[in-house]
Amino acid sequence: MSAARDARTVLIAGPASDAHTWNLIYLQLLVEELGHPTVNLGPCVPDEAIVEACLLYRPRLLVLSSVNGHGHQDGIRLITRIRATADLAALPVVIGGKLGISGADTDHADHLRDAGFDAVYPDSPDAVTDFCRFIASLSERVVS
Amino acid sequence: MTGSRPLPADPPPTERPPDFGSFIRERHRTVGTVVQPRMGFSDPATMRAGLLATKAAAAATAGTLTVDSYTRVGDLRAVAEALTAGIGLNGYPIAHHDAAITREVLTGVQSESFAVQVRHGSAAPFDIVTSLLAAGLSATEGGPVSYCLPYGRTPLAESVRNWEASCRLLAHSGETGVRPHLETFGGCMLGQLCPPSLLVAISVLEALFFRQHGLHSISVSYAQQPSLEQNREAIAALRRLCGRFLPDVEWHVVLYTYMGVYPTTANGAYRLLAEAAVLAASTRTERLIVKTVAESSRIPTIEENVAALEYAAAVTGRWARDRSARDEPKDAMAPGSGDSQTYLEALRLIEAVRELDDDLGKALTRAFRFGYLDVPYCLHPDNQGRCRSYLDDSGSIRWADIGSLPLGGIVESSDARQVGSAELLGALSYVRRVYDGDAIAGRTGSAGDPTAAHLPAMPRCASGGLPGQPIGS
Ligand code: B12
Repeated sequence: MSAARDARTVLIAGPASDAHTWNLIYLQLLVEELGHPTVNLGPCVPDEAIVEACLLYRPRLLVLSSVNGHGHQDGIRLITRIRATADLAALPVVIGGKLGISGADTDHADHLRDAGFDAVYPDSPDAVTDFCRFIASLSERVVS
Repeated sequence: MTGSRPLPADPPPTERPPDFGSFIRERHRTVGTVVQPRMGFSDPATMRAGLLATKAAAAATAGTLTVDSYTRVGDLRAVAEALTAGIGLNGYPIAHHDAAITREVLTGVQSESFAVQVRHGSAAPFDIVTSLLAAGLSATEGGPVSYCLPYGRTPLAESVRNWEASCRLLAHSGETGVRPHLETFGGCMLGQLCPPSLLVAISVLEALFFRQHGLHSISVSYAQQPSLEQNREAIAALRRLCGRFLPDVEWHVVLYTYMGVYPTTANGAYRLLAEAAVLAASTRTERLIVKTVAESSRIPTIEENVAALEYAAAVTGRWARDRSARDEPKDAMAPGSGDSQTYLEALRLIEAVRELDDDLGKALTRAFRFGYLDVPYCLHPDNQGRCRSYLDDSGSIRWADIGSLPLGGIVESSDARQVGSAELLGALSYVRRVYDGDAIAGRTGSAGDPTAAHLPAMPRCASGGLPGQPIGS
């Protein structure tokens, strides 16, 4: 496998059912501007492909973005699988976007955090600022 | 399929469903632009209520059954899990529900006076087409390119094969039943920042693909873009190219209200919708797909959909009355047939692709491999991704880099610069900014259309007149 193992690499993906792409392109540019190389897996990535990519790249962070309204269900299924994978139990993983079909919903965020996400960013004016702060805090933490 | 729900002993009699293409053309001739929602709910009873409300709306309407994202990617297990857990889906899971259930949803809905179309977004639509035919439906949309590149990672060649089989299945159904109808989604692609000529070319190429596989009733789509001038050129080009390349097909044009980042305010949302409605009326566009005040944030309610349909119809109605008051001939505002930039680029792209192979599917696959077709910003592995586009000061979408597109001599590529996150978001949100009212002075895009002064009153919703969450929540 020839994946470049830069310890700062951030992996970006849209979950299996979500085809939206502009969000992923935007997040890629944003994360790169914050000083991290990225691997953008694109939209509609099946769960197993995300897990495999995490094992291959050993990223500093996995960023999931979903806006089609299924992010809540897709996110819980995916994080359960990631946390059950021995090598990925402690991988920082965040999710953001429009996570349900009825507008901003704090319940979804709580469920997702309980299921194992390190941070959840439902659509809000502060989401991106909060996320940038999270990224900055990553570099301060010791790289494991 | 669930298989668990018993079929009703006596299937309810269904009225003879109409032929979608003829229905739209007839309605357009007698009443004007037909308006249609993008509506889909997971619960059959809600779906039925939505269709009935669309039918009863004070407008010439067609109904929509929009399919959810799990069904689009073929994950019927996730559909079942969501329904068991009581989680709402973003559309109607047509391949999950028994055909009998969908027929019940449609009983008394689909009739001589009301046609229904299935909207999906799948690169593997065979099961969806099978399900819609089993439920007595005959109209849908998509295409081998437009439902592949923007919708995931299915290889283009596989999507082409899937669409060939699905087209044949649909075309075959016409031998015994109602004449089937298929609409291209090529006029939308990723919704924004795609130069209109490429949208027009893909739409026409997909229509040619449909015809090759036996369809004779087709609609060609185009999605409203920020520039009024480009919009008018694109619709005129679409008509001229269809007239030339589809002589033996009954076709009509369908306009999609803006498919990119939508205004968050009710005023902005309705102004943008009104702009689309005026564009449709003034270009004799047969059908218009509307967007609602909830577009920027969540799945709209039935009431929000009805409000959008009725408002769009009020705008097109007002436009037609104003025209007769001005005593203008019917086609006075219709765009001319000159060789616009959009037309010339689209024609060159279509001809270059057709020269690659007599078989449209092979030609399309090769076109993307060679970069003769290349969609800006599309991450799909079969898209070269060498083209770049940008919004100029007037809101027109221009080529920054034409990559390997065969447009040499007609397009001047400007210097392609690397775009940052803020700049990308700025371009994507241009229309939102303009219509939400805080645009930079002088950069009003097509919002400066003089017809805006004569718009009918907007539905009351910002003040809580409509149910649902606050807009932009
Ligand atoms: C463009 C668009 C499309 C294009 C997408 C093209 C493509 N491949 O990218 C097309 C037309 C193909 C499309 C299809 C569909 N779409 Co769409 N689409 C949009 C639209 C108009 C704009 C989205 C966009 O490009 N935004 C620009 C990007 C840069 O911003 P963003 O995605 O909004 O993300 C921002 C924040 O959410 C945040 N963010 C997002 N993710 C993350 C992650 C993290 C970690 C952080 C910190 C922040 C963050 O950052 C971004 C910048 O502020 C929105 C409505 C709108 N917003 O106006 C609907 C919308 C997202 N679509 C929607 C739906 C439902 C669909 C469909 C299922 C069809 C349908 N039933 O209507 C299909 C999807 C099929 C599938 N398999 O997923 C719904 C989702 C509803 C919901 N969540 O409740 C929306 C809201 C429209 C609506 N009101 O119905 N769509």
